[in-house]
Amino acid sequence: MAAITEPQLGPHLEEPAGWRRTKNRIATILMVLSFVLVIIPLGFVLYTVIAKGISIISWQFLTGPIPPQVAPASEGGIGPAILGTIEITAVAALMAVPLGVLGAIYLNEYGGKGVLARLIGFFSDVMTGVPSIVMGLFLFSIWVLHFGFSGFAGALALACLMLPVVIRSTDEMLKLVPNPLREGSYALGATKARVTMTVVLPTAIGGIVSGALLAVARAAGETAPLLFTILTVTAANPNIFSGANTAIPSQIFANATSPYVGAQGRAWGAALTLIVIAFVLMIAARIVTARFTRFSR
Amino acid sequence: MSTVTQQAGPAVPAGPARPLSERRPLGDRTFQIIALASGLLVLVILILIAFSTTQQASSWFTTEGWGIFGKVWNPAANQFGALSFIYGTAITAAIALILAVPVSVGVALLLTEVVPYRLARPIVYVIDLLAVVPSVVWGLWGILVFAPWIAHIYSDIGSAVTGVPVLGALFGPPTGGASFFTAGIILAFMITPIVTSLSREVIATVTAIDKEGAYALGATRLEMITGAIWPHSKGGITGAVLLGLGRAMGETIAAALVIGSSATITSHLFAPGYNMPSVIANQFGEASGEFRAALIGLGVLLFVFTIIINIIARAIVGRSAEQGTA
Amino acid sequence: MEQPEQNITATPQPTETASPPLPTTATEERLLPEPTAQERVPALGDLVFDVENVSCYYSAFRAVTDVSLAIHENEITAFIGPSGCGKTTVLRTLNRMNDLVPGARVEGDIRYRGASLYAKDVSPIAVRRRIGMVFQKPNPFPKSIYDNVAYGPRINGEHNKRKLDEIVEHSLQQAALWDEVKDRLNKSGLGLSGGQAQRLCIARTLAVEPDVVLMDEPCSALDPIATGRIEDLMREIKSRYTIVIVTHNMQQATRVSDRTAFYSVLRNEESDTRTGVLVEYGRTQQIFEDPHDERTKAYVTGRMG
Repeated sequence: MAAITEPQLGPHLEEPAGWRRTKNRIATILMVLSFVLVIIPLGFVLYTVIAKGISIISWQFLTGPIPPQVAPASEGGIGPAILGTIEITAVAALMAVPLGVLGAIYLNEYGGKGVLARLIGFFSDVMTGVPSIVMGLFLFSIWVLHFGFSGFAGALALACLMLPVVIRSTDEMLKLVPNPLREGSYALGATKARVTMTVVLPTAIGGIVSGALLAVARAAGETAPLLFTILTVTAANPNIFSGANTAIPSQIFANATSPYVGAQGRAWGAALTLIVIAFVLMIAARIVTARFTRFSR
Repeated sequence: MSTVTQQAGPAVPAGPARPLSERRPLGDRTFQIIALASGLLVLVILILIAFSTTQQASSWFTTEGWGIFGKVWNPAANQFGALSFIYGTAITAAIALILAVPVSVGVALLLTEVVPYRLARPIVYVIDLLAVVPSVVWGLWGILVFAPWIAHIYSDIGSAVTGVPVLGALFGPPTGGASFFTAGIILAFMITPIVTSLSREVIATVTAIDKEGAYALGATRLEMITGAIWPHSKGGITGAVLLGLGRAMGETIAAALVIGSSATITSHLFAPGYNMPSVIANQFGEASGEFRAALIGLGVLLFVFTIIINIIARAIVGRSAEQGTA
Repeated sequence: MEQPEQNITATPQPTETASPPLPTTATEERLLPEPTAQERVPALGDLVFDVENVSCYYSAFRAVTDVSLAIHENEITAFIGPSGCGKTTVLRTLNRMNDLVPGARVEGDIRYRGASLYAKDVSPIAVRRRIGMVFQKPNPFPKSIYDNVAYGPRINGEHNKRKLDEIVEHSLQQAALWDEVKDRLNKSGLGLSGGQAQRLCIARTLAVEPDVVLMDEPCSALDPIATGRIEDLMREIKSRYTIVIVTHNMQQATRVSDRTAFYSVLRNEESDTRTGVLVEYGRTQQIFEDPHDERTKAYVTGRMG
């Protein structure tokens, strides 16, 4: 018996037929290759931006006025653009975040499975796919033609872009708040508004802030909506409600097609600034998520 | 029981006892209305977009009629046919998808099936980094660094395939660093994060027990993927691809910088071209009257296309995620 | 802890013919003559699995400790015991499914027909083709019924349509599902009822002509009628396969199994952990009517678990 069983056992437990194993290995290699293909361009972009931008960045660059394009890279800076980005993005966030959070509260706490809530939720997702240039054209049609170019128009456009993103991410966070928490508050006789403001929001606040930061990061980098709303200029304009304005991405766009080396240099410096801002916001979002999202069970 | 409540009376916190049948407090109703209004804002904005842009573009629509799909775009001669831009949008989006989808799905599978959990998180961070790079930075790098570099490769390929039947038409001269294909490549970089993360979500709905069913039959990982994961995920991944398509169509600034700004319809992928968002961005500054209406009209077309694609995609992804676990 | 019963020195029976040839690949017809019940020479070949001092770890956590038993050919062996006693863990070591769990580790030796299952050059893929598994919750692929059953043979290289048709029909008949689905083979496997789906999964497992079929609480998600059909199925096919089944249902163990292994939980007071142990293993009749260990007695008479 042993003589019959033993030798036949060997081949049966070895690797499957060569071609199966080969196909499997090839598949794994392709998957790893995909990741490499993703890393390479990212690496190159970051490397180039850092390499070309780092020499330009200085305090003078960050605060100095925007010189004419012919000026060499060492002259002037993007101060007005930074001011513009800060004020425009801040105003946009001030509009989009509260409205987005309230909208998500409606979806989660009041709307439930009703038709209206599902419609709003569905089109909120759809709206995240509206191209930013369309938002710019929209604000141009509905605002700029009546009130002229201004930083505020740009802020409105960015707010429209941010709104559905904030709604979605807030909605996800609110869903994570365990129902027993709400029920405990209801059981004490609290109204739904009170439950939401005092129990649900504080619990979800970490994720909500994190989602908002990411939305701001995306908005800060947008160029297209600003093209039609702020009319990129080079002078600083602290008044967001009247007069054209500028922002970092707008300046980069303007300089990118410039034949002057100086302008291009400033574009790289601005690009590095923008990337740093975006990364800082992203890292802040992660820290907030890690520190403040606690749904202890 | 009634004795208990009566005795508990004094312990209840201050405030006049409220009758049980009182209507909901004003504050609560106001809050609900505000929340509802905020939610409705989404629908309102979408409708306003449709109306206001169409109205601004109306002179183009009425003047040209079906001519809006004409081949010739010549503002100086008051000719505003958009066909070349629609063509360019389709071509660049197609290139972007062909390049990005296999890579994205590959990375998604890598993350869910191959890589141990601890390694997966840093990889996801890298993908997120890719997503955070602004469009204008891609464009800047694209036009100043990438395009000049790849121009040599294009011209080498171009001269190699001159005269060859199909390849020559696709990859033959004229070639240029700023071209359809370059725009397609940059768009591919930009849509990879979203297609990857959505694909990951879809694949994650395949339960361990589904996968073990295949492994228990002696399947290799590739066989398990084709047998157990793919049938469950193909719907959702299609949705993810459609969303990538929507992004690729609408992405403006990066494309505007590297596409070459030439309104032509040509099969040569390495030649300069144009697409809808790029021409709007590049030419809006000098436009007025019907020219401007035409550009806004292109925006309307873009809006309609992307809305339709997004609706279909979200419908698929939504349904698929529910069907994930059999 | 009880010593697992060794069949080797048990009563010798008059022999059947020499041990039938081992199952070949799915591409060839199975040529096994039908062995008559348990009347075979007890020899090394009868030991399908020889488990020796096996402990299973998930990272640092010891899930099961020091299990030794032997699984005999063409028998149904049941693993019973309370929740968390490691019976499923042990079952999954028999076809190396625990390899899929990160951090899972097996110490000790498991021999499958004399060869070590965890040796370096052993491929888990080959193992799982020979040792199939049916899961607690039916998990048909989102493909047609035909494609579900044909999946296994296809990945093993069988692409001949006629051959596949035969294999599919034969497997579905063995699983007692053929008559119910023969007219809708290209309908989705997901559209079947729970009991049908589980029989489909059994058919799918049988299609690769395994040597052993492991079953992890296969009826726990099914109603009593469906359960009964699967138990009939098990009795039917046991003459061609060796079956090991984990079950929570003691009556089921008495109904179908030839041998029963009772597992329990060992509490470690200092580290406050629980580890599974094999308490007693023997012929089913003996375990239930005359258990040797107190814990076994408590469980089977219903005082525990």
